Amino acid sequence: MSLRTPLGRALGLGSAGDGTAHWWQQRVTAVGLALLGLWFAVSMLGADLGDRAALVAWIGQPLNASLLVLLVLTAAWHSQLGTRVIAEDYVHGAMKVPLLIALQFIHAIAAAVGVLAVLQIAIGGR
Amino acid sequence: MTAGKRPLSPHLQVYRPQITSVLSISHRFTGAVLAVGLLLLVYWLAALAAGEAAYAAALGVLGSWPVRVVLFLGVFAFFYHLCNGIRHLWWDTGRGFEIAQVYRSGWIVLLASATLTLVAWGLLLAGGGA
Repeated sequence: MSLRTPLGRALGLGSAGDGTAHWWQQRVTAVGLALLGLWFAVSMLGADLGDRAALVAWIGQPLNASLLVLLVLTAAWHSQLGTRVIAEDYVHGAMKVPLLIALQFIHAIAAAVGVLAVLQIAIGGR
Repeated sequence: MTAGKRPLSPHLQVYRPQITSVLSISHRFTGAVLAVGLLLLVYWLAALAAGEAAYAAALGVLGSWPVRVVLFLGVFAFFYHLCNGIRHLWWDTGRGFEIAQVYRSGWIVLLASATLTLVAWGLLLAGGGA
């Protein structure tokens, strides 16, 4: 039997105060990705993926490099939000927190490598 | 009683699959597929930045038959998640929730994503990019 009052046990278990933040970020990144994704798909469908020199020249244009950086960052954030929800829904117990941390790390690494690669090509003369 | 051993009321196993539920879980599944697609995009960009030899090696991996099949299926995942995502954004404005509207928008999403996928496949195969 607990000596804590019912109020004492309930306090702190309610809203964290940021209930809509995740939902709203998912929506804003979705709108961004719809635009960036369509731009990228149309660009790639017209490109010769075997011609590295042409692709490097294409990324070398400031607008393309900027949109690619935004695509990588927006996709990484949207994906981080989404895969987190999937993990929280299906994975319980001891593996839950390590998996959530691993998902964050994987997305952080993907974002860093992706952005750096675009910058290397665009301004690093690769 | 621990959380994992509590009795559950019957749910998934008593329902016939419907377009609503199938499209809903498909949105989540294609989202997970696209999370892997993000890693492939980053791998492709890193290989591009790493130089001629590294890019040729990456094309060898990405162009191999098993990966090529996965990429072609991934094109459908991309267009499905895009079209159904727009459907979700439309729902977020509070519209389209009548059951007839939900069925109609579901079929429109399937038709649009299948069409876009076939067009993309055609362009990829014709352009020599694949």
